[in-house]
Amino acid sequence: MILLWFILLPFVGGLLAWLVSRWSMKGTRGIALLTLALDLASVLVVWAQNTDRLAQAAGSSWLIEFNAPWIPSFGINLRLGLDGLSLLLIALTAFLGLLSVAASWHEIQEHVGFFHFNLLWVLAGITGVFLALDLFLFYFFWEMMLVPMYFLIALWGHENRIYAAVKFFLFTQLSGLLMLAAILGLYFIHGQTTGVYTFDYTQLLSTSLAPQTALLLVLGFMIAFVVKLPAVPVHTWLPDAHTEAPTAGSVILAGLLLKTGAYGLLRFVVPLFPPAALNLAPLVMALGVIGILYGALLAFGQTDLKRLVAYTSVSHMGFVLVGIFAWNSLALQGVVIQIIAHGLSTGALFIVAGMLQERTHTRDIRRLGGLWSTTPRLAGATLIFALAALGLPGLVNFVGEFLILLGAYQTNIPIAVLATLGLIAATVYSLWLIQRVFHGENREGWRLPDLSRREFALMLVLIVAIVVIGLYPQPVINTAAPALNNLQAHVTEVLHSASAPQPLSAALPEVSHDRR
Amino acid sequence: MTAAELVTLSPLIVLGATPVVIMLVIAFRRGHLITIGSTLIGLTVSFLLLPVAASTGTQHVTSLLMLDRYALFYLGLIFAASFAVAVLSYCYLRERAGSYDEFYILLLLATLGAGVMVASTNFVSFFLGLEILSVALYALMGYLRHYERSIEAGVKYLILAATSTAFLLFGIALLYAGQASLDFAAVSTALAATSQPDQVLLLAGLALLIVGIGFKLAVVPFHMWTPDVYEGAPAPVTAFVATISKGAMFALLLRFFVPIGLQALNPIYMVFALIAVASMLIGNLLALLQKNVKRLLAYSSIAHLGYLLVAFLASGPFAVAAVTFYLVAYFVTTLGAFGIVTVLSGHERDADSLDDYLGLFWQHPWLAGAFTAMLLSLAGIPLTTGFIGKFYLVAAGIGSALWLPVLVLIVSSAIGLYYYLRVIVVMFTRPSKTATVVSLPALSPASRVVLAVLTMLLIVLGTYPTPLLQLIQSLASSL
Repeated sequence: MILLWFILLPFVGGLLAWLVSRWSMKGTRGIALLTLALDLASVLVVWAQNTDRLAQAAGSSWLIEFNAPWIPSFGINLRLGLDGLSLLLIALTAFLGLLSVAASWHEIQEHVGFFHFNLLWVLAGITGVFLALDLFLFYFFWEMMLVPMYFLIALWGHENRIYAAVKFFLFTQLSGLLMLAAILGLYFIHGQTTGVYTFDYTQLLSTSLAPQTALLLVLGFMIAFVVKLPAVPVHTWLPDAHTEAPTAGSVILAGLLLKTGAYGLLRFVVPLFPPAALNLAPLVMALGVIGILYGALLAFGQTDLKRLVAYTSVSHMGFVLVGIFAWNSLALQGVVIQIIAHGLSTGALFIVAGMLQERTHTRDIRRLGGLWSTTPRLAGATLIFALAALGLPGLVNFVGEFLILLGAYQTNIPIAVLATLGLIAATVYSLWLIQRVFHGENREGWRLPDLSRREFALMLVLIVAIVVIGLYPQPVINTAAPALNNLQAHVTEVLHSASAPQPLSAALPEVSHDRR
Repeated sequence: MTAAELVTLSPLIVLGATPVVIMLVIAFRRGHLITIGSTLIGLTVSFLLLPVAASTGTQHVTSLLMLDRYALFYLGLIFAASFAVAVLSYCYLRERAGSYDEFYILLLLATLGAGVMVASTNFVSFFLGLEILSVALYALMGYLRHYERSIEAGVKYLILAATSTAFLLFGIALLYAGQASLDFAAVSTALAATSQPDQVLLLAGLALLIVGIGFKLAVVPFHMWTPDVYEGAPAPVTAFVATISKGAMFALLLRFFVPIGLQALNPIYMVFALIAVASMLIGNLLALLQKNVKRLLAYSSIAHLGYLLVAFLASGPFAVAAVTFYLVAYFVTTLGAFGIVTVLSGHERDADSLDDYLGLFWQHPWLAGAFTAMLLSLAGIPLTTGFIGKFYLVAAGIGSALWLPVLVLIVSSAIGLYYYLRVIVVMFTRPSKTATVVSLPALSPASRVVLAVLTMLLIVLGTYPTPLLQLIQSLASSL
């Protein structure tokens, strides 16, 4: 029941917030904040209760499960399941949700009720995506989070918001429909071979597929997830959507929506179709590397602050793609850390961009400059986030990227070497950002207020999270480890049980409980 | 005809008697409320008689009509939709037409025609039902005599419908010449019995039949009339044409072709496949160009009939259930969408320009919210019934390995999403301060209730479709 609570809480909170907005704006914001605080608190309580079971590593599959029939005639169930991986992700969802409500405290002044309604519903949909263990339910949440996100961009966004919102919706909707076709293909093949027509994740895991069919189906899933992630060449919706969205929208897009793509690859693509997915691995890893370098290169060329941060997302998510398809313990642990790291550091940079825009009414880097003296606290905080983004040791991104590169090196050396170049590029754009915004000459003579207490608290929370996880990532790794081990064990089992010799199985290292 | 048969037929009898009663009442006392009241009572009584008819156990009423559970379900759907159209018309007509009474008589007659169609198992009853429906529709479309557009729509529909009926009649004649029977069942037995070369007469007859059916369904290439008629006809009548008239024809199409086994009949199968693909693509692509909401909905309905044909191609009980569920979803959504067009329409003209919807959300959040829900349902977004419906259609298509039509369905619904979003964006755009705020006609409580019920249905069927699904699946297997 607690899992249903995680999803229903933001749903109901959203409706309440909208209702209350008739009487009080403060009340609306308060309710949204309270809902998410409650959400985060309950996630943390669940986490604390399950630390013992998480420590037992592999073996147990789901920490908590919920199952109820929904549309029995199709074999559709309301099946939710929580393991370490989804636990981390819903914790991140609640945390970033909380921050985005706080970040839009002053920014959003029009239609406050409807704004928070949409915000909370997106979060509910994302939580659903991370918990669903029924493919129909997963698709349901996957599509459901789009509409409120669309409204967030289209109604409260910046100058070019309609174009960006429509582009975002069309990209994700079309790729989502391809995934629906693939889900249905899997459903019918499973039904025809076993006689059981079901959308249940664990049952579908055992479907045996002809290589040709598996390739088609894996492409259907892959396109949907890779568009969301995003990878080059289907990333073009991202810079527009991130740039035009209001701060909260950008934080949720970068911090959470992109992660649903990574989660989908981890949870569905590789485990459902191990041979087909890993045959594609070199190709996909190459796409990941292209994303890392291309994203960094474009980030370097931007003059719009939010657009710059958006392109760094493309670069960072390239690491995730490389890590997932390297598919060994090190790389997967790195992916989990990188997902969280990117959520925190990029979310923070978007919040900074929002604060700067609120003060200066511009995002044009050429017009900024020399802000260090007028807003020293903001500048200091930004420096930490930029250093995190470039992968400075001791901060969280470093852990993720390092583990991914280490893991990728075991599988594919050229890819790992090329991906490492991304770190250099990241250093260039991050420092360049700091240099042009905060140093140099203050040509426009900006006199800006420094961080308010609310903003200071926001920054502080983010900095603490980035530093603490950066210095001591072990709890996070421990939490995700059993879930990752289960996924890996399943994939290895399928690959070894296949009668035909698998060309790639040699490249796959044994599952290790190695924790660094 | 036995008593049991009379009871089985009672929904249609009551529906047929209602216009007569209304005409008698009019002779004594004319009044809008009295007429609408008797219309709604007639429809309600007919609806309530459906379970009674189902309980008698007899299905065949003469050799013309077959009131099995499938037919009764569609009758219920048609009656409910007609009820909604009548309520919406009441508010719409009060603002405009000089005389009201004939409108409801014609509406009931059209409903009766549609009802006969879904129950027919014989070309005679099919043709009679179709003609009752069409003739009533000519008059309904041109009902607002002071408006040029309305007359134009009526005349256009008259000419084209009459032409297509001629094709249909010729097709029926060819089929009759081939097998000396007007029964639907005779066609399938004849097809099974005769060898390939002798089927020419049958196939020619079926091809002509498809022209007639295709016209009523408004699928490409028989769709030319749709946008003009949708635009010109009074909004409630448009709702009627979009839902009841098409739905009844589709129900008949299933009843006729499912026993034959469409996939065994290669040329006809190919024709339907082409029609489906062309309708989806052309409907959605042309809708992109529209600036008029009624025309946009017209093209979108062409595309939706194309989606339905994908499941129709799949045939089998699963496909019948998919089509039936989608039709229910389509009825709810389309009635809601045209309902909103109806209530927003002013005295001068219908609210069909996109400008009429500019910033609607900021003035009438509930109306705009309902319209948004309707449009999202047409686009097939979760939490709305359109999502479950589209899921069902795609499932039927993939279950029969119809990869190409399903792919076209996916691509064209992404195109479709674009123009639905465009309307939504317009509703949510803040109007500039200088723009004059168009005051809307006061919303009558009756149409509010209808719209609220439709929106509720849209969401309930989108989140908990199980009861309806079970009902539909049980009757689909009986067909």
